[in-house]
Amino acid sequence: MTDWAGYIGLIIDGAFVTLSLTLCGSAVALVAAFLAGLGRLSRFTAVRALAVTYVEFFRGTSIFVQLFWVYFVLPLFDISLSPFQAGVLVLGLNVGAYGAEVVRGAIKSVPREQFEACIALNFTQYQRMRYIILPQALPLMLPTFGNNAIELLKATAVVSLISLSDMTFQAQIVRAQTGNTFVPFLTILVLYFIMSTVISRAIGLYEKRITRGLDGVRS
Amino acid sequence: MEWDWEFVRQILPDLFSGLKITIIATVLGAAFAAVGGLVFAILRRSGNRAVARSASFLVEFIRGTPLLVQLYFIFYVLPDLGIRLPALLAGVIGIGLHYSTYAAEVYRSGIENVSRGQWEAAKAVNLSVRQTWVHIILPQAIPPMIPALANYLIAMFKETPLLSAITVLELMNQAKSLANSNYRYVEPMTIVGVFFLVISLISVMGVRMLEVRFAPKDDR
Repeated sequence: MTDWAGYIGLIIDGAFVTLSLTLCGSAVALVAAFLAGLGRLSRFTAVRALAVTYVEFFRGTSIFVQLFWVYFVLPLFDISLSPFQAGVLVLGLNVGAYGAEVVRGAIKSVPREQFEACIALNFTQYQRMRYIILPQALPLMLPTFGNNAIELLKATAVVSLISLSDMTFQAQIVRAQTGNTFVPFLTILVLYFIMSTVISRAIGLYEKRITRGLDGVRS
Repeated sequence: MEWDWEFVRQILPDLFSGLKITIIATVLGAAFAAVGGLVFAILRRSGNRAVARSASFLVEFIRGTPLLVQLYFIFYVLPDLGIRLPALLAGVIGIGLHYSTYAAEVYRSGIENVSRGQWEAAKAVNLSVRQTWVHIILPQAIPPMIPALANYLIAMFKETPLLSAITVLELMNQAKSLANSNYRYVEPMTIVGVFFLVISLISVMGVRMLEVRFAPKDDR
């Protein structure tokens, strides 16, 4: 008789690794998305070029390839990252590149008159972004950000391939030790599904909160 | 760390054979996803509540869980149930099934974007259900879908390295085994990255062209 309690415990340990990867990765992604998204709208050609290169590079190659490159090639240049650091970095930068396009699209969809009104009222650039543009652009970004967060959660499974003991890695261990395939893999599928459901619900609630008061302002 | 061109020349043939498998997997997976997506889209529109509900749940479930785990599930669990698939086939089914849920969403919005008036007009001129779909709805629904579907095709292409985890000898796996047997990581991994970057940049340009070609006509 297999001691399932112990094995399930192993998977739960992995679930915490997956969760912290998702949270840290999302934080990096959010910062990267805003930096690159605003960078693409910059007045300076150099900043725009940098942002475009970043976005195209990370969207153009596979997350798996990026991860292996960071984990196996960077150490040869004397930059050694732990699997967790490499995972957070690659997940964050990869999803951030997708997020950057969302940020750019949302800001560009704020009507021109809003920008012009800010100039007419002599707002500084910071005030314009902080008080006028972002409050209108953020609700447009949120649904896609939610999807991106779920993509990030799903991408964390790839990190198991550079021997980080996340949920998928632990399931493989349980499979190797018990010979049972159905229980570990079904368990983690369900756990992943629960996590992604929680993410999409949470984003939905937050969206409701920040769009309060905007009813009727836009169609 | 030196970049060794001689080594690059040595490993290129193997990498190209890996690239071939990658492309085969992408194409077969895309065909699977195109058909599977249509099935999901139709099932979700079904009049039978139970069918529509369970199709929706299945789509949500597949979209909410990682492709890698689904691949493991197909590759490791199905043999225990007596279904033994070759690695490549398991990979094609896994990746195709995963992306068919995305395709289903594209089909759904494409079909819903055809205005109600078209359905009513079809009914008014007494077209059969089949005629309505073939001559009225699909010709209007499909062109706007093409750029979105092409985007998912590129996304699929970028996900194929995951197949290396279930022993398919595609580009990434070739690179890994070359790297391991020669103890040189820089060249294989970098070349794989370059391959992916070049192919997806070219395909992104293709998608841009498709977007221009099939842009919705502004007749509002």
